[in-house]
Amino acid sequence: MTTVASGVARKKKVTPSAILIRASMIFIIAVAVYWLGLNLTNDPRQFAQVTVNGLNNGLLYALIALGYTLVYGIIELINFAHGDLFMLGAVFSFAVLTEFLGAQSPSATNYALLLLVLLLTMLFGAFVNVSIERLAYRKLRNAPKLAPLITAVGMSFVLQWVGLKWIGSNPVNVNTVLPSTSFELAGVVIGFKTVIIFAITIPLLIVLAYIVNKTKRGRAMRATAQDKDASRLMGIDVNKTITFTFAIAGAAAGAAGIMWAQTTGTVAYNLGFQLGLIAFTSAVLGGVGNLYGAVLGGIIIGLIQSYNDGLAIGPGQRWSQTMVFTILILLMVYRPGGLLGETAQEKV
Amino acid sequence: MSNTAPAHTAASSNKKWALGFTGVVAFFFIMNKFILPEAPRGIQTFFNNWFSLTSMAEIMIWILMALGLNIIVGYAGLLDLGYVAFWALGGYVAGWLMSPFFSGISLNFFGNPREGFEFGIHFHVFLVLILGGVFTAIWGIIIGGPTLRLKSDYLALVTLGFGEIIPQFMINGADIGGVNVTNGSQGIGGLDDVNLFGYVIGTFAIPEKFLMVSLMAGAMIFFSIRLRDGRLGRAWLAIREDELAASMMGVPLWRTKFASYAIGAVGGGIGGVGFAILVGGVYADRFNFVISIIILAMVVLGGMGNVWGVVVGAVVLAWINSVGLIQVGNLVNNTFGTDINFPSYQFLLFGLLLVLMMLFRREGFIPEARIRMVMDEEKTEEEKVSDETKIASK
Repeated sequence: MTTVASGVARKKKVTPSAILIRASMIFIIAVAVYWLGLNLTNDPRQFAQVTVNGLNNGLLYALIALGYTLVYGIIELINFAHGDLFMLGAVFSFAVLTEFLGAQSPSATNYALLLLVLLLTMLFGAFVNVSIERLAYRKLRNAPKLAPLITAVGMSFVLQWVGLKWIGSNPVNVNTVLPSTSFELAGVVIGFKTVIIFAITIPLLIVLAYIVNKTKRGRAMRATAQDKDASRLMGIDVNKTITFTFAIAGAAAGAAGIMWAQTTGTVAYNLGFQLGLIAFTSAVLGGVGNLYGAVLGGIIIGLIQSYNDGLAIGPGQRWSQTMVFTILILLMVYRPGGLLGETAQEKV
Repeated sequence: MSNTAPAHTAASSNKKWALGFTGVVAFFFIMNKFILPEAPRGIQTFFNNWFSLTSMAEIMIWILMALGLNIIVGYAGLLDLGYVAFWALGGYVAGWLMSPFFSGISLNFFGNPREGFEFGIHFHVFLVLILGGVFTAIWGIIIGGPTLRLKSDYLALVTLGFGEIIPQFMINGADIGGVNVTNGSQGIGGLDDVNLFGYVIGTFAIPEKFLMVSLMAGAMIFFSIRLRDGRLGRAWLAIREDELAASMMGVPLWRTKFASYAIGAVGGGIGGVGFAILVGGVYADRFNFVISIIILAMVVLGGMGNVWGVVVGAVVLAWINSVGLIQVGNLVNNTFGTDINFPSYQFLLFGLLLVLMMLFRREGFIPEARIRMVMDEEKTEEEKVSDETKIASK
């Protein structure tokens, strides 16, 4: 045993399995590019149309994915309940805006009500998320990892039950306040709903990015995510910071909920499970813990799903979920760190 | 290794349990086969309402499932959130190999096809059980393969992904490149009757079917206990408690984890075959995420890693799920004149159960001594502080 000189990087061994993994990755990407190219040349206009639809969904996914990524970044917990929080946000907005305030058609006052209820829903989401953290996750922060994860799954069931009791087991139609009119841009039909989604989600994303990157609270969040003990020594109130993170994540989920209810026009109690998984895949795709990664991942997943569902040459809508989960599994095999994240390594 | 004394006591207590299990199974079998048809009407309805044999047989399937998952979650400490995939795969193996479904092929290997349905594949039930186990074991390795180098929470997610993909494939599988693989959401019905050395168990012979799945569950209990005390089982426990330390002690991490996935999957596969035989077919709609979580709740409730704890957890939750919630609901509604829809509280019940167990009794109701030690190893800060203040006040 000779001593290994420190500082000298040892050459990485290139194993056959590594080559195989790399080759199969390139093959999969090539197939995907070929598929998209085939569709683009086949019908460019439809391709553009599907792209717009994909962006529309992708932004909503991004909003939900942000919540996952923020929470994972700070306490390394996959918050399974987050998707159901989004569902509760949608249900809450339906109950308040559509039922209680009776805003069921496009008009100026209803737009104002929409903005008001958007704020309320965000508050509601923040409140629910913070209570969950306070009641359940906080006690388990130092427990083995299995414990908070199972707790999160349980919480997800509890939230689903609340949704079930609130609106019943069947999907409910929402009379949306957003106009269903649309305009045409270079042959592509763009609905006003899409425009409004862009107009609301993009500023929200910018505000979130600002909070995390520029404010004192945001700096505390990033510090806590890196090292809880060190940040405690630096005078950061770790508990308060984590509560704040959950509040932001919940608010984003609430906003996504109301936007979903208003644009798709349906709310169901089991909405959260599927969308939560899609959003989590987005977060992982972008690199979990990375804010911009979540947005990028959300948009990419939205696009892929939309291409899969809408393009003439493709597997079609019934494989939509399978597609998303396949991406998730492939990611885990090839790039567990995500697109923008560092390669995740098991901490010992 | 000279600690033979505790191993001995464990073995003798296991024998008692095995006797108890056999006794319970025999009681229900004899009760339903011979006594109930002669019994007065009141007793008959009581038994059929609270302990109907169909639900008892299903409970045995749940025990199989929970013990299979227990090998992955309880023994090896790998969280699997898509266990329902193995149930589905095992069920479809039975559907493919014991029914006239593949009408283009005609293959009879000691099978027992119904009259007029001789086409399709008909294998002997033992062979189907073995093939179902092998098939799911292979899938366990396929699912485990990409995930075992990941962190535990990512692993949970990938298994969940597979747990969604495989049932979805079954639902969409009526047309895979023009071939009908799974018959879509209609499922595969009309499975062959089981023929055991000339003794045919008919479609409606519930007591015999109950006996059959009980035997399977009993075998699973036996293997679970034996595996745990063996070399592989101890390697699993070592990995669960400290992966790094285990690998330093010479436990091959990859191989051991693969083994846990493969063997854990076998439980699901065999249970899937048994369930398919029990209901006489395999239907894709049944296999959803809720099932995975219910199985997980069984393992958590009873006590991860402890075979008898898991069995009790499976029995209690499966019973609550199939008859308990409805019957208790009826009882409460009738006595108090209320009108509460008890089955609709299923989600709340299972969700709260998971949360409360994790918060207040992480080791389960019948904990294994070792897991109690691990689960209580680290206290939260509040607890630490309160401990300190307690000591200070003394």
